Amino acid sequence: MMSEIKAANAIELDTHSLRDKLSQLASRESIHQWDLGAACSTDSSVQIDRGEAKQMKGAQRSSITVRVWNNKGLVGITSTSDLSEKGIEKALIGARQASDFGNADDVPAFSTLAKSPLPKLERPLRPAQGIQRMLEVLKEAEADLLSRHPAIQSIPYNGLGEATYERVYLNSDGALRQMKRSQASLYLFARAEESGRKPRSGGAIRLALGSHDLDIDGCIDEAAERTISHLDYQPIDTGCYLVCFTPEAFLDLIGAFSSMFNARAVLDGVSLSQRETIGKNIAVPFFSLHDNGLHPAHVGASSFDGEGTPTQKLCLINGGRLESFLHSEATARAFGVTPTGHAGLGAKVSVGPDWFEVSNTEGQSSANTHLQHSRSKETFVLIEGLNALHAGVKASQGSFSLPFNGWLVIKGERVSIEAATVAGDIRTLLNSIVNMEAEQVITPGGVSPHVWVEGLSITGEA
Amino acid sequence: MRFAWIGAVHLHIYAYSLHNQRKLQEKWLVSTYTPDQSLVHKAEALNSHWQPQLELLLARGRTAGADLVEVYLEQIDHLSVLAEQDTITSVTPSFGRGAGIRVFLGKQDGFVSTNDLSDAGLKHALEQALSMLGLEVNEAGRSSFNGLPNLRDFAIDKAHWLNQCPELYEASDRLLNGTQLLDQYGTHLQVRRGSYARDWQEVLVAASDGTFGRDIRLHQSIGLNVLATDGEHRSSIGRRYGTSGRPDDLRKWDAETSAKEVCESAGTMLYADYVDAGQMPAVLANRFGGVIFHEACGHLLETTQIERGTTPFSDKLNQSIAHEAVTAIDEGITDGAFGSLSMDDEGMESQRTVLIKNGVLKQFISDRAGELRTGHQRTGSGRRQSHTFAAASRMRNTYIAAGQHSPEQLIASIDRGLYCKSMGGGSVGPTGQFNFAVEEGYLIEKGKLGKPVKGATLIGEAKDVMPRISMCAKDLELAAGFCGSISGNIFVTVGQPHIKVDSITVGGR
Repeated sequence: MMSEIKAANAIELDTHSLRDKLSQLASRESIHQWDLGAACSTDSSVQIDRGEAKQMKGAQRSSITVRVWNNKGLVGITSTSDLSEKGIEKALIGARQASDFGNADDVPAFSTLAKSPLPKLERPLRPAQGIQRMLEVLKEAEADLLSRHPAIQSIPYNGLGEATYERVYLNSDGALRQMKRSQASLYLFARAEESGRKPRSGGAIRLALGSHDLDIDGCIDEAAERTISHLDYQPIDTGCYLVCFTPEAFLDLIGAFSSMFNARAVLDGVSLSQRETIGKNIAVPFFSLHDNGLHPAHVGASSFDGEGTPTQKLCLINGGRLESFLHSEATARAFGVTPTGHAGLGAKVSVGPDWFEVSNTEGQSSANTHLQHSRSKETFVLIEGLNALHAGVKASQGSFSLPFNGWLVIKGERVSIEAATVAGDIRTLLNSIVNMEAEQVITPGGVSPHVWVEGLSITGEA
Repeated sequence: MRFAWIGAVHLHIYAYSLHNQRKLQEKWLVSTYTPDQSLVHKAEALNSHWQPQLELLLARGRTAGADLVEVYLEQIDHLSVLAEQDTITSVTPSFGRGAGIRVFLGKQDGFVSTNDLSDAGLKHALEQALSMLGLEVNEAGRSSFNGLPNLRDFAIDKAHWLNQCPELYEASDRLLNGTQLLDQYGTHLQVRRGSYARDWQEVLVAASDGTFGRDIRLHQSIGLNVLATDGEHRSSIGRRYGTSGRPDDLRKWDAETSAKEVCESAGTMLYADYVDAGQMPAVLANRFGGVIFHEACGHLLETTQIERGTTPFSDKLNQSIAHEAVTAIDEGITDGAFGSLSMDDEGMESQRTVLIKNGVLKQFISDRAGELRTGHQRTGSGRRQSHTFAAASRMRNTYIAAGQHSPEQLIASIDRGLYCKSMGGGSVGPTGQFNFAVEEGYLIEKGKLGKPVKGATLIGEAKDVMPRISMCAKDLELAAGFCGSISGNIFVTVGQPHIKVDSITVGGR
């Protein structure tokens, strides 16, 4: 009889106990202002290898971050995975000691919106299926994918996992935020090889609220289609090309340059934008960009950020014009605006995007709507996925030089590119967009249409 | 500058599949430390006092029918400090404990991690791991497990390491000195940053095959970064230096030399042109140049890659896979090197492993599961970021050995090519395609260094590029970095002397 890690077994945060313990300890230590972020999760996952279970994993994790303001008003933090009273005490004392090194020029405060109403998010908790059922599903998926083409010899990277997690934010001013989520993921990456040819690979990923809801057939179809489509490959000549980015690839690229929209990066001097860039045109007029952590397709959506600020849909670029930055409490105060719900929790609070929505500006369109990746007769490079973004993107310089997977498309015929890089400058790219297709495609990381850019440098491997 | 050599595509996949969940968790799950070093030792030490409890767990697992049970206990203490311009802007301490329990049955394994080190918490984790393999605890059963031997304690001389590290005040002063020196030696600097990280870790590993070891690890790293701007010209340059097991590391850091080096590179690269793309010969400098071997070959010699069928070298043992000029080593024993360790995360003592000898493949990098599944003997290379990951075969200090030439001879042998002085991160995918970025490059023209160039990304196929490493210089040096892969981010070094690659694809504009 197999026991299984079910959502019901998930460890849970005792919010009131946490608050009581911290209040008592803070009072004892004469700490009058503090806040706390806590998280815990329970997850399980399986991997298989040619029909056999390879590795099964389970984990229970918990952590807290305690932040305190000392009697000089300076801030310190400490984090720990020890949620015992002793651990919390140690974290609180550690945070106070760290506050001796707080930056007097940039002191975070409680978010002014930490007690405002939260947006409603329909993300019902889904029951876990358990390890054995996940193993069966993954074995079937592997067998199905292997049967799609004789050249597909293995699925070296595969995994099916499910998790439940909980987050809490509370502060000494009475704010209390709490959320619970379940989430499941499936990935299948196939490796294919034909005699006398180089091995090729392709894959797909799916996310859902629970493993019952995963689009398994869609994941298999996409992984098979992508892998098979790269079997017949050729080198590409080095040169300048008209390029079409798939939604996934474009979202990866814009995400790698998200410091352009990040107020923390602006204040730190490492963004391509400055304060005065707000209101200026930084992209073609038919390009718009929102950050929408509330999007219905965003599986991991949270209704509040690390400081307890409600999540919102925020317009970053409208009609090519930069409209807003992403903010924490401290950066919002520095800019004279309200926090936008994009903060972490720290002595120096980080800021980051949630979920990008790339779209055509309402009422605007390019002069090149004939450019459609599925039927255009022009010669172009279709970039399916960008690799090594951690190495090839220089966000503070604006430049990128990235290996990619994709196809050279000539008169509608696609031929996989053996190996190549694409290079350019993000500011130039945003002003070289020649078309954005009408269809918005939902991906695990955001929403975008196919985006066409002219004049990008492609280097082929000889 | 990022020193993350993210190896193998699976990390990206995993990270991506849990993208949204991770993004949320990252807002909370920072790492560990307490600024008062003395607090650490008030925590319960991981030592032989744990033996009865561990033996009970191991016996329970074996009684249930497991072939092997392994328990990994961990206690960590972390501090990171950031200085920007002339101010300390972030101090991030954290601490924590946890356990990872792994059960093997045949060639399968079940792994469960938990923060709960109570008797009940560990028992529950063991039962979960057993149940994954269809096993149940049998209270009435008899175990063939005969108990653990005496503890092999590699931490005896390391108990005071943490308290010997610089206090936070001293660390802050050193960082601020670094950013002031950047101001002194640099021009057009818009941003000056210094960062310090100190990772202390105590581990206890016990397994039903009689493994029982303890170690303390201390890793410190310090980095300087600048962003230089002049109109539309921009350059961002950074350097990070790291050691293991040297509490005095930060005190001995030569901030002046580091600052001069960073400022000189930033000044040179500020007005550099983008490199012209093409196929050309290249000379890769020593130290960080070693990223080419790490990505193009090192990952592909890990037994995890053999298990997955993603390495072209799996059937090439004792065959030539590289130019005869290439001898490559992976070891965990160089004193103070970032990837050194007394015992691996499976309790095996570290060793020196010759991977390639004069171009011939001699050995793979193997862990417990790798030995079980591929037959390649363990090399003390079972490594993991923390208790939340099962150990996997991973690199330690990995480098190409010194050759006979001078760096000048390598450059002089090229009519037109690229000199890669400083490398960024890289990666390798499931088909053996690798890539890495060049942070600081120079054209080679008629055997001499020419103008600086930027924006180069080098790509290639592992089995194609290894035979093209045709010359190695005498100047072997190591450089600290981080490697991300199946068992998380770990401390490693890369290294090499100057090497010449006869032909490689240079991606540019």
